[in-house]
Amino acid sequence: MKEILKVTDLNVNYGAIHAIHNVSLTVNEGEIVSLIGANGAGKTTVLHTITGLTKAASGSVLLEGTELLTTEPHKIVTMGMAHVPEGRHVFAQMTVLENLEMGAYFRRDKDQVEKDLEDVLRRFPRLRERSRQMAGTLSGGEQQMLAVGRALMSHPRILLLDEPSMGLSPLLVKEIFTTIEDVNRDGVTILLVEQNAKMALSIADRAYVLETGDVVMEGEGQAMLKDDNVRKAYLGA
Amino acid sequence: MVLIVLIKQLVNGIQVGSIYALVALGYTMVYGIVKLINFAHGDFIMVGGYAAVFTVPFLVTLGMPPWLCIPAAVLVCSCIGVLTEKIAYKPLRGAPSLSVLITAIAVSLCLQNLALIFFSSAPRPMSAVFDLKPVTIGSIQFSGISILTILLSLSIMVALQLFIKRTRMGKAMRAVSEDSEAAILMGINTNRTISITFAIGSGLAAMAAVMYCSAYPQVQPYMGSMLGLKAFIAAVLGGIGSIPGAMLGGIVIGLVESLTRHFNSQLADAVVFAILIVVLLVKPAGIMGKNVGEKV
Repeated sequence: MKEILKVTDLNVNYGAIHAIHNVSLTVNEGEIVSLIGANGAGKTTVLHTITGLTKAASGSVLLEGTELLTTEPHKIVTMGMAHVPEGRHVFAQMTVLENLEMGAYFRRDKDQVEKDLEDVLRRFPRLRERSRQMAGTLSGGEQQMLAVGRALMSHPRILLLDEPSMGLSPLLVKEIFTTIEDVNRDGVTILLVEQNAKMALSIADRAYVLETGDVVMEGEGQAMLKDDNVRKAYLGA
Repeated sequence: MVLIVLIKQLVNGIQVGSIYALVALGYTMVYGIVKLINFAHGDFIMVGGYAAVFTVPFLVTLGMPPWLCIPAAVLVCSCIGVLTEKIAYKPLRGAPSLSVLITAIAVSLCLQNLALIFFSSAPRPMSAVFDLKPVTIGSIQFSGISILTILLSLSIMVALQLFIKRTRMGKAMRAVSEDSEAAILMGINTNRTISITFAIGSGLAAMAAVMYCSAYPQVQPYMGSMLGLKAFIAAVLGGIGSIPGAMLGGIVIGLVESLTRHFNSQLADAVVFAILIVVLLVKPAGIMGKNVGEKV
């Protein structure tokens, strides 16, 4: 299998705090890989470092062979990797349509952008209904759809999702996970960070467990669901 | 008769107000994008004023129209604005806002004192930039420069609004001002966007400088401080960060000042500053500002 994203010995410091220790992980093309762990384990920090929002102390992040730690952060999305941040971060004072357009901000291939917009609106009919509305007036679930749709507008090969289920009702959580699987089936590789370990493991090909900045376990999603340690620590069983 | 005086005073107020509005736009755009009150912004007006004063005779000897000093002043001010940001503010990104505020005041003092050294404290007369005839509407005569200032400012504001709403760069500016991290994830070069914002804001200050010097034809090192402060009040009144708010705030401050001056010229400044205090007490978010809590 072809590696699309390869993180090696990543270290991140927050001031004097050594937040991430020698984290290594690999995402292969076409996979769904989940990164689970408790609140404060460093999951979000790992994603932020991959897309350049946080500076690494040392290590390497390769996207299809290109080192990202020395790439200007705003260029990363143009290389085929989109990031849906924790808390959605939609542009509240722009319309839904403008938000989607921002997702394709760097693209010059107007015709393909039109097609991708149509795809996103087909995938999320709710966004089409609300396309002229300010994003800030959407419900939490709709904002999450918008955040994912906006990321898809960059036509990514790999999508990083940070806590997409946060603050959503169980029904919407199911919907969003179904969407993730759909997007993956359409050929987009997924790296998913989740506190909802059960859902995250059930759709994952492979998964990593992060504890206070260290990768303590890795394996296949289904196997991890049955693992006693994982069940005790993260699945409440 | 009273009515005619009143109308004249109103037009004066709108004229001064549109100059305040141009300056207030610079405060509000910069605040929107880097959350910084650029207290050196008023001094950019002074820089624009000197740029105009020195280019006009030059243009006249070359046989060119003196209003070409506007693009020259805009260019000089934009460069000063971009450089100020790069040298003084960019290294402080992420620093406590108090440090940035103190730096802004330092930049302001620095520009004033540089002007003192180079140009001395003596006011320099500004030669006429526009050769305009008075405009008579009904039985009332208005100065040409009043009408020109108002029309020019209005068209700049409309153009700016279209730029922000419609163009790619304008959208990038809105995105950075709303959520700079999300903007980076969209592939927006935030540093470039910030530079362009400073360039536009400072360019508007230069336009304001030329319009101001056409009405009150002299330039001196401290001319920007009072003008800048009043424009700052206009921006706060309109809602700092809001572009339509800055325009509205500028006009309101201009009108209040001009009408107060008509009754008691010594009270005008006091009333303007009283507005600031009242706004901060009653509606700190301003007229058009949205009361958004600090993001955690």
